[in-house]
Amino acid sequence: MAATRSKKPPRVGDHPIFRLGLLAAVLVLTALVVVAPLVVIGVQAFSAGADVFVATITDADTRHAIFLTVATALIAVPINTVFGVAAAWAITKFDFTGKRLLLIVIEIPFSISPIVAGVAYLFVYGLQGVFGPALEAAEIKVLFALPGIVLASMFVTAPFVARELIPLMQAQGRDLEEAATSLGASGWRTFFSVTLPNVRWALLYGVVLCNARVMGEFGAVSVVSGNIRGQTNTLPLHVELLYHDYQTAGAFAAASILALLAVVTLFAKVLLERQGAGRAGRPALAAPQTIKTETLT
Amino acid sequence: MKIRLDNVIKTFDTFRAVHGVSLEIESGELLALLGPSGSGKTTILRMVAGLEFADGGHIFFGDEDATDIPVRDRGVGFVFQHYALFPHMTVAENIAFGMKVSRVKREKAAIATRVEELLRLVRLEGLGGRFPSQISGGQRQRVALARALAVDPKVLLLDEPFGALDASVRRDLRRWLREIHDELGITTLFVTHDQEEALDLADRVVILNEGRIVQQGTPEEVCREPNSAFVVSFLGDANRLPASVSSGRADLDGAQLAAPELADGPAEVYLRPGDLDWSTTGSGISASVIRVIDRPDARRVLVQTESGHALELDVPPETRVQPNERGFVQIRRARIFARTADQA
Repeated sequence: MAATRSKKPPRVGDHPIFRLGLLAAVLVLTALVVVAPLVVIGVQAFSAGADVFVATITDADTRHAIFLTVATALIAVPINTVFGVAAAWAITKFDFTGKRLLLIVIEIPFSISPIVAGVAYLFVYGLQGVFGPALEAAEIKVLFALPGIVLASMFVTAPFVARELIPLMQAQGRDLEEAATSLGASGWRTFFSVTLPNVRWALLYGVVLCNARVMGEFGAVSVVSGNIRGQTNTLPLHVELLYHDYQTAGAFAAASILALLAVVTLFAKVLLERQGAGRAGRPALAAPQTIKTETLT
Repeated sequence: MKIRLDNVIKTFDTFRAVHGVSLEIESGELLALLGPSGSGKTTILRMVAGLEFADGGHIFFGDEDATDIPVRDRGVGFVFQHYALFPHMTVAENIAFGMKVSRVKREKAAIATRVEELLRLVRLEGLGGRFPSQISGGQRQRVALARALAVDPKVLLLDEPFGALDASVRRDLRRWLREIHDELGITTLFVTHDQEEALDLADRVVILNEGRIVQQGTPEEVCREPNSAFVVSFLGDANRLPASVSSGRADLDGAQLAAPELADGPAEVYLRPGDLDWSTTGSGISASVIRVIDRPDARRVLVQTESGHALELDVPPETRVQPNERGFVQIRRARIFARTADQA
């Protein structure tokens, strides 16, 4: 009896073949879809020798593209973070008419092709656009310059932070904030010592996603930047430019920089999480009892 | 501090949650707001706290009109049903939070001393370094109470404080809350839908239904002199039987009851299971036993009267009674109310 029993898997779906099959499928797909292209980028970047790689990334145009990409991220990500936190706060902690509409509007950039966003910006800020003549008169250059690139990137990445925060903050409810204010805390104090600490991992994840997308954005930026080499070319645009110039090794070298930036942000996130989690052995945030609050009421 | 509500009204969108409630809470009193869900009890509590603003009427703290004072400055201690402890802070940090954010600046050492004092008060010495997720539900609720008390509130407000706990923990905490209240003498208002909890704990019980006060009084008053059918049926198990009143006597299923204060016409008789007896001989409402349910302290007998009404009665545990047995229900005590239109 005991012998026959031990042959059976202890739980449903725990059969070794099933388990191994699932694991193998995941590993193979990850290798094919994620790891292989990254390896190719690395290999191709050095295919024409290390000196070509160094030459490409020390090239003035490439360096300018890197600078532009980082500058765009440094402006767009903080603004979108503040926007995302404000939107999530408003939607989850207050009741107002048009709340559902706001939720939908925030998600529009997710569903619209970035190139459409780029074209829309052309019509708004371009010479024939709504604000075009006024901006021209004031000698403010939005399109084919950094402001246009930042605006387009912000449009595309507007929902990232808010989307990460809203479900979590909805689950947490308003009890904690109400408790804090009833104890005499001001609005800012409540936000910084109660709300923010409880959403910080979601916020960090949103910021990382937002940053990755800002740095990698191609479609919208390519329309509004005008692709001027050495002036308005961001890294993704520069990769394409090099590729079309038949500088394959150069294109891969630039691409490897972009990939590197992404990997660095991911590592930064993991590191920050480690540090946060290690401090005083704090338990996972969004502790079960706060989530229960919402489901029970 | 004495709290006074004067004709307070609250409307959510189109739903009126509280209809002109007036209420006085004496200084140092422990008062229960008791009612079914949707009766407006939590809304009243939240208005006293300042977590909701009243749409009409006034709330006085002592002689001061507190109606428009925001929650931050109102000086109330609020205990939430699900504790609302800050999960990223230790127990001690939770308790210290109110003192740290207060406009009144306190020395670090003074805060630490007070935290120790409060931990002792709620009998959680040594647990100050734990996180809320590392302690039990009952302990969490005690931390929530300590946190609310830390800011020396004028009034303590508790929203279904024991609703999320199991029965035995609930009973212990209830007695313990009463002790703390007697020790501190702080005016306390708590909301519950559990009549046993309200009667066990409170000096005075306010019974609410559909946003209005139905009856208020000491536990003895509301139990012995319920003023309406709603109070009778809400405070405990009660059988309801239709009856007709004529010349001061109510007639129900063949039994006669004195009803001197009622006008002639249809009425309803409320009978508590414990106020009914069962006998196989004699007089009373003739009925047959459907089922017997055994409980530690009594046997509950479910019977059907000859006219088809179901009745439940509690008999002493040693009573011999079996399903299908025929006999008579004798009424020791009854409450009779004239039937109103909405009780169809």
